[in-house]
Amino acid sequence: MIQIRGLRKIYGSVVALDGLDLDVAEGEMFGLLGPNGAGKTTTIGVLTTRVKATAGTAHVAGCDVTSESVAARARIGVVPQRPNPDRGLTVRENLVFHATYFGIPRAEASHRADALLERLGIADKRDAKVDELSGGQQQRMMIARALTHEPRVLFLDEPTVGLDPQARLGLREILRDLHTQGRTVVMTTHYMEEADQLCDRVAIVDRGKLLACDTPAALRAQAPGETIVEVTFDRELAADAPEIAGVTRTESRGTVLRAYAPSAAAAIPALFAFAESRGYAVRDIQIARPSLETLFISLTGRKLA
Amino acid sequence: MNARVFGALLLRDAVVAKREIAGIIIRTMMQPVLFVIVFGLLLPRMGMIPRGYNTTMLPGIAALCLTMASIWSVTMPLIADFGMTKEIEDRLLAPVPIELIAIQKVFSGIVQGAIAVVFVLPAARLLMGPVPGLTLQNLPLLFLIVILGGAVFSAFGLFLGTALQPQHISLMMQVIFAPMIMFGCAYYPWRGLDHFPVLKYAVLINPLVYISEGMRAALTPGVDHMPLPAILGALIALTVGLMWLGLRGFRRRAIG
Repeated sequence: MIQIRGLRKIYGSVVALDGLDLDVAEGEMFGLLGPNGAGKTTTIGVLTTRVKATAGTAHVAGCDVTSESVAARARIGVVPQRPNPDRGLTVRENLVFHATYFGIPRAEASHRADALLERLGIADKRDAKVDELSGGQQQRMMIARALTHEPRVLFLDEPTVGLDPQARLGLREILRDLHTQGRTVVMTTHYMEEADQLCDRVAIVDRGKLLACDTPAALRAQAPGETIVEVTFDRELAADAPEIAGVTRTESRGTVLRAYAPSAAAAIPALFAFAESRGYAVRDIQIARPSLETLFISLTGRKLA
Repeated sequence: MNARVFGALLLRDAVVAKREIAGIIIRTMMQPVLFVIVFGLLLPRMGMIPRGYNTTMLPGIAALCLTMASIWSVTMPLIADFGMTKEIEDRLLAPVPIELIAIQKVFSGIVQGAIAVVFVLPAARLLMGPVPGLTLQNLPLLFLIVILGGAVFSAFGLFLGTALQPQHISLMMQVIFAPMIMFGCAYYPWRGLDHFPVLKYAVLINPLVYISEGMRAALTPGVDHMPLPAILGALIALTVGLMWLGLRGFRRRAIG
């Protein structure tokens, strides 16, 4: 559905995209993960025909985004980073007019608008002015608007940024719902858990380059180091880092011992045995599996957000 | 497809304009109507201005309303859209050439300019009382001047709207609009500048001059005005030139 080859974009002296290659299959929910300035928005810009690449090619739904930009636009829906509704129009008119910009007759456009507003749970706001909507409702409206012309690929640029936790959860439900209907969805995010929970595959980008691309599970498996088992004891630990069977290395700070281990199942009994031998009581125990975050840090040397 | 989308874009502008009608009327008509009241009604009755001044002023007022309505309707939304709200982006995603969106804006500006003329001419005539030499015999020419004048200023609006940032708006009013209005031969005929030869030729860079003179040719042909071929030639050349600049600016802002 999407092929990107050697994509470069240079703004003055800033290299936004530095030879990016990517493929997204039909029906896939694909995540572009990276910190601010990674090139995610520029990538979406090129794929949605709004940014002209300096070099390289990009095809969306069989159309070259540069030489066949008009045909490409007919096949895509875009939800931008910042909601940009037409404030001169009502919620419903936003959807209806958007559909007519795609050549859809008005009656059909109205029908689709009503169905989408219903589906996204903002039907009661149909005649409201856009400014009367909350942030979450505006974002829902933006998604509904992007769907009115039934695009083959939906692009969402940081769709949940700036939303309260409840609205964010609601939006994730909507995205899952879109995905189960078989639509190709490409979203950018800098929230690890969002990419992890929603996407079939995730591309990790930084400074315009692709660092890794795989399923979230496979990426997690690539994460360096191991499961982290954090044990809190009843009193401060001795300064030396203890040797514990089944644990690769340990760090201790105050009453907390952090153990890096290939397997939590093997490490936990050993940690209890260690506690018993030294006379500590275990107050709390937490297990952190290898995450995209730990992979990201190892790939880029910096944190995501 | 393109024609259908063009129609949808026009309808969108019409719906939005209808909702903002009070604001549109105030910003395009306020100054000319106040001017008509002072210079067309009060001062002639006080005997401070000869009554014949109405003949000079009426076509100029029509020209001014046309140009202000056209340029405002294109420039202000574009400055806001590109500079702040990004509202135009959903239209830029329509499956039509980007230039069509710009051309539609210009078309919309011409329509708004024409509507302004339709409103202001009877209103001004009513306020001023009889205007010696006024005729509506040249309606085709009037129509042509309205279309060309609207096109010049809508294209100018396209250029300004894509070239300026929101913080430039007040500067634009002072540096571009104010001298353009004062030296646009709206309040005096171009021939009147015969006594000021430098000024007479300097004002020729001002597109409003040709529209004011064109309105005189159409509405008060008995009054001495610039030759019609010069007026039409200048308006066509200005439309082409400003449209070229405007489209170039639009492409630059629309595609990064």
